Amino acid sequence: MTTDTLALARQQLLAPAGLGEDALHRTLSCLLGHAIDGGDLYFQQRRAESWGLEDGQVKNASHAIQQGVGVRATSGEKTGFAYSDEIVLPALLEAATAARAIARDGGGTRLQVWRSTQRPALYEPLDPLETLSADAKVCLLEAVDAEARRQDPRVTQVMVSLAAVRDTILIAGSDGTLAGDVRPLVRLNVSVIVEHDGRREQGGSGGGGRVGYGWFLDQDRALGHAREAVRQALINLEAVPAPAGTMTVVLGPGWPGVLLHEAIGHGLEGDFNRKGTSAFSGRIGERVATSLCTVVDDGTLASRRGSLNIDDEGTPTQCTTLIERGVLKGYLQDKLNARLMKATPTGNGRRESYAHLPLPRMTNTYMLPGEHDPAEIVASVERGLYAVNFGGGQVDITSGKFVFSASEAYLIENGRVTRPVKGATLIGNGPDVLTKVSMVGNDLKLDAGVGTCGKDGQSVPVGVGQPTLKIESLTVGGTQA
Amino acid sequence: MNPEFQSMPEAIAPTIAPMPARERLETLIADILAEAQVQGVTATEAAVSFASALSVTVRLGEVETLEHHRQRGLAVTVYFGQSRGSASTADWRPEAIRDTVQSACAIARHTAADPYAGLADPERLVREIPDLDLYHPWALSAEEAIDLARECEAAALALDPRIRNSEGGSVATRAGLVMYGNSHGFCGGYPTTRHSLSCSVIAQDAEGMQRNHWHTVARDRTELETPVAVGQKAGRRALRRLGSRRLGTRQVPVLFAPELARGLIGHFIAAIRGGALYRKSSFLLDRLGTPVFPDFVTLRERPRLPKALGSAPFDSEGVATADRDVVSDGVLRGYVLDSYSARRLGMQTTGNAGGTHNLIVEPGSLGQEELLRQLDTGLWVTELLGHGVNLVTGDYSRGASGFWVEQGQVRYPVHEITIAGNLNDLFRGVVAVGADVDMRGGIRCGSLLLERMTVAGE
Repeated sequence: MTTDTLALARQQLLAPAGLGEDALHRTLSCLLGHAIDGGDLYFQQRRAESWGLEDGQVKNASHAIQQGVGVRATSGEKTGFAYSDEIVLPALLEAATAARAIARDGGGTRLQVWRSTQRPALYEPLDPLETLSADAKVCLLEAVDAEARRQDPRVTQVMVSLAAVRDTILIAGSDGTLAGDVRPLVRLNVSVIVEHDGRREQGGSGGGGRVGYGWFLDQDRALGHAREAVRQALINLEAVPAPAGTMTVVLGPGWPGVLLHEAIGHGLEGDFNRKGTSAFSGRIGERVATSLCTVVDDGTLASRRGSLNIDDEGTPTQCTTLIERGVLKGYLQDKLNARLMKATPTGNGRRESYAHLPLPRMTNTYMLPGEHDPAEIVASVERGLYAVNFGGGQVDITSGKFVFSASEAYLIENGRVTRPVKGATLIGNGPDVLTKVSMVGNDLKLDAGVGTCGKDGQSVPVGVGQPTLKIESLTVGGTQA
Repeated sequence: MNPEFQSMPEAIAPTIAPMPARERLETLIADILAEAQVQGVTATEAAVSFASALSVTVRLGEVETLEHHRQRGLAVTVYFGQSRGSASTADWRPEAIRDTVQSACAIARHTAADPYAGLADPERLVREIPDLDLYHPWALSAEEAIDLARECEAAALALDPRIRNSEGGSVATRAGLVMYGNSHGFCGGYPTTRHSLSCSVIAQDAEGMQRNHWHTVARDRTELETPVAVGQKAGRRALRRLGSRRLGTRQVPVLFAPELARGLIGHFIAAIRGGALYRKSSFLLDRLGTPVFPDFVTLRERPRLPKALGSAPFDSEGVATADRDVVSDGVLRGYVLDSYSARRLGMQTTGNAGGTHNLIVEPGSLGQEELLRQLDTGLWVTELLGHGVNLVTGDYSRGASGFWVEQGQVRYPVHEITIAGNLNDLFRGVVAVGADVDMRGGIRCGSLLLERMTVAGE
């Protein structure tokens, strides 16, 4: 599919304010009146809604509209930034005057001629809020609730949320970038509490992507999340305390790929490496994993939550190889850090909104499949942990230490998955955790589409994935010493 | 880097956008309520806010970012009987107000009637709004901000040759105004300010790099720590992490530094919030009137302390805030409720719609060194990583770094370990509360010494 998203973005963002290309020119020229290397304008309109169910009824819902324009000027390593929530020419010029103040006046670069690239779109420029009637949204939530409650009498609470966002953006840069995008995003989350003999446990499941709400109705997806949430909660009712200490860990496919996001991905973001603050700084070409490991960041997967046609600086997204057969290959770059490191932008310049500065960020980060049958991997472990579902994680990029927290895990005893254990945090060292990967499964899976990554106070949607992995030693933070 | 850059070529004062007049926000609230009435609603509540801020980061002596922020918000909730709908926008034009109210109404026509929904009871709304002295604007120019950030970072870099890299020194100032009104005839608001200075630097030796930071925050800039003090603390904190080792797996007593002890109290508060209680998704269900801490622990809410970071004269639904004990003699005396959750639990709101306001754990008598002596042999935790807290079960498991302590003496820094336990046991197992209170936020607490946790490592 090819759609003129730039024309759609112009029509939605610029036309209502009577802004044309002359206004973009005038604002960028104002920026370039100072000794500025470059600058850009980021116009955005975000329309969002969320519907929530509890006690079997949809009692809460909200709708939000946010719009504005961010103006950025860069000079060397310096960035000046201002924004306005009014898209009108005087506000644009005022923001440009504030942003350019990072450099002295006179002697700026020249404004380049507009150039825009068009390529087949990864998602339709639709408004997901309009893809289902309000009554149908309520019915969907009620059906998910009924499906969860139908699974087991021990289910005492069911909470379901359904949310959609449509982001329309337009980027005009002094380097000639002129690009637009319309980005739909939907998400469904189910969370349940089960109770038995005075013990309470929770379970959760969710999914989504850059699609309309109809996606949840296809292939039984929405009801599948209801069943999955109950299954997890019931397993937790049986869980015994998790072990504590360093042991062999087998990670299941899909969402456990949050390992790669924390241990590898953040440490390879261009800003940390330009500044030399990452445990991976200056290590391109070095071996950081066993030769079984190839890790990529791919913003070009159709309809995925972490995918983008263009990043928030107008650079088309791509598939960037981070680690190839164990060797560190590349960093994730936005325009500023690419320029300062004399590298090429990789389409990873992302921002939460017009009111935030772009930073190098991940899209969909995953490991390519290997050759082993997952059953064979589990069978190879005498004693260890099999972790298949995770909550979030965090990394200290400078020391390289990272954590991710298991929400569904089992003991492996004599090559067999035995008892479920309570949730526990796993901790490791990013630059060497993949040197302990001894088997990689043939079952690559991507997550269901609920990931959000936080950095410098900015949240952006991302994806992760991996095949089943065996890590010879990783520290498991249970209570059974 | 641009070494020529020393001073601003162009004055850009005043640095943060001026606040709109209070009357402007009152008029917006009135317009929203009037529009809702036209739409035939039975009740409405609305909030309008404005904030402007300036933030600057200097890295290795050079300006890295200079950001001007200006945010507007407008949010409305309407009720048709017991059904409700909400909508928000940043646009204050009359047509945007009409669209926003209509969006809220469209939603309320599809949501189910909820017998507990509705505005706060009129008799609980604040009658007189006291001036809590929360507004102390700082006429800080970008040049001055840059100088302060540079001074802060320079103090860290000058501390030791092993501090070779930096994520920068930062200065931020923010002023805001919020106004809340509802169809009971209430309309009130107040301005606030918040200023901060922070620094994050990296120490390096043959074994690798360690990063650490420090910050100071206050409503009045004269109450901030000096740039030099902040920079030096950040530097010392990074230096002391050099040479970190791992620990073997064991069960030991643990001392939480004050800034992390605040987080533990935060988990306690999350578990006694109305929403967690009525959904039965808390490990502290049905514990009102029973011991949850040892008898020397007292936790008070003091919402109206002048100048305090957590102060508020009323909560986000207009309910007057008031002093109270949440825990006294170790016994849970009250929950954290808004009107909705209170009705569901058959109780009264505690004035906590939108959160708590200045929670204060009564300090003990021991300072940090005495606490380390009392710890004797165990782990002193100074940083945590990750979010491994399950509020349904109380299970707690997080990444940690800090120091191994033997016979009250710090032996060496440790990292790449986890600490785990159950919050129920951890709270009951508090051995001492420190006198070293961290005042930088809505929860004030000294160090907490806990009887025992499982440390997982090598």
